[in-house]
Amino acid sequence: MNTQLVSERVAVRGRSARAWTIAALGPATMLGGVVWAFLQPYRVTLLHPHGQGFWWLVIEPPLLVVLAGIAFAFLVAPGVIDDLEAEDGR
Amino acid sequence: MLPPAEFVHWMFATGFLLLGLCLLARAVVGDEVWRRRAWRAYFWPSLLFLMGLLMWPVMVFFTNSTVHMLAHGSWAQVMMLAGAAELGLVRGKLHNRYWRLTMPLAFIVSGAAILIHEQNGWFFARSAFLHHVIGWTMVVCAIFPLAAVFRPRSTVFRTGFALTFVVLGVMLYCDRDVAPVFGHLSSQVGPPHR
Repeated sequence: MNTQLVSERVAVRGRSARAWTIAALGPATMLGGVVWAFLQPYRVTLLHPHGQGFWWLVIEPPLLVVLAGIAFAFLVAPGVIDDLEAEDGR
Repeated sequence: MLPPAEFVHWMFATGFLLLGLCLLARAVVGDEVWRRRAWRAYFWPSLLFLMGLLMWPVMVFFTNSTVHMLAHGSWAQVMMLAGAAELGLVRGKLHNRYWRLTMPLAFIVSGAAILIHEQNGWFFARSAFLHHVIGWTMVVCAIFPLAAVFRPRSTVFRTGFALTFVVLGVMLYCDRDVAPVFGHLSSQVGPPHR
């Protein structure tokens, strides 16, 4: 087999792994927030909102983790993956 | 209407987590791909600068003592300095790579400030424990941005740098009002709140 083709195939596989890693970062963060909410449901005040003040209802750590994951997955990751694939296609 | 202190910690934790994710992505794809879109190149230094800026109201409204004021003020200054230096480098206004030394400086100053301003021992309460852990984490992990100044393409140092922010975020999320740590809570603290 042509060694140049082999090395190119290995390189393409490596780049795909990088794209998968970027794509997985957001969902992994969201999953972390959801798992945390199940482990410590008392930190999600929306589940027991009566008598809670403004800050307790707005700032809920497991939901903030999910939000950070969503922000990264939808605002940052798609562009990075597009640029990475464009770079790989060169 | 001021939020209790732990809410401020959780908001900053979210900022650190987002910062860590962006830096992790940058470490994975490399600078060339990351800087293909201008907004992305400016995003994380701007976020760092903004968080430094937001430390000023924290200093003003959450000052329990002089040492707290000095600690919060020093974090604000070094975070803004590191963010501004990185912005200058990205924009091309600054050229010398040693401007990146502002980042390990920010780590060392922040770590020292958080250690010095915590007056209680490790197991006094959860917040005291976290102050010690965060402080030492920042001091030790300053090695990543420091090494990255001399080996800017090293994936290990860049990944370590990014993960430091993720870990800082996790530790800040763990901060609670009056809570025990590993079952320990000093009798001087009072009853746990939540």
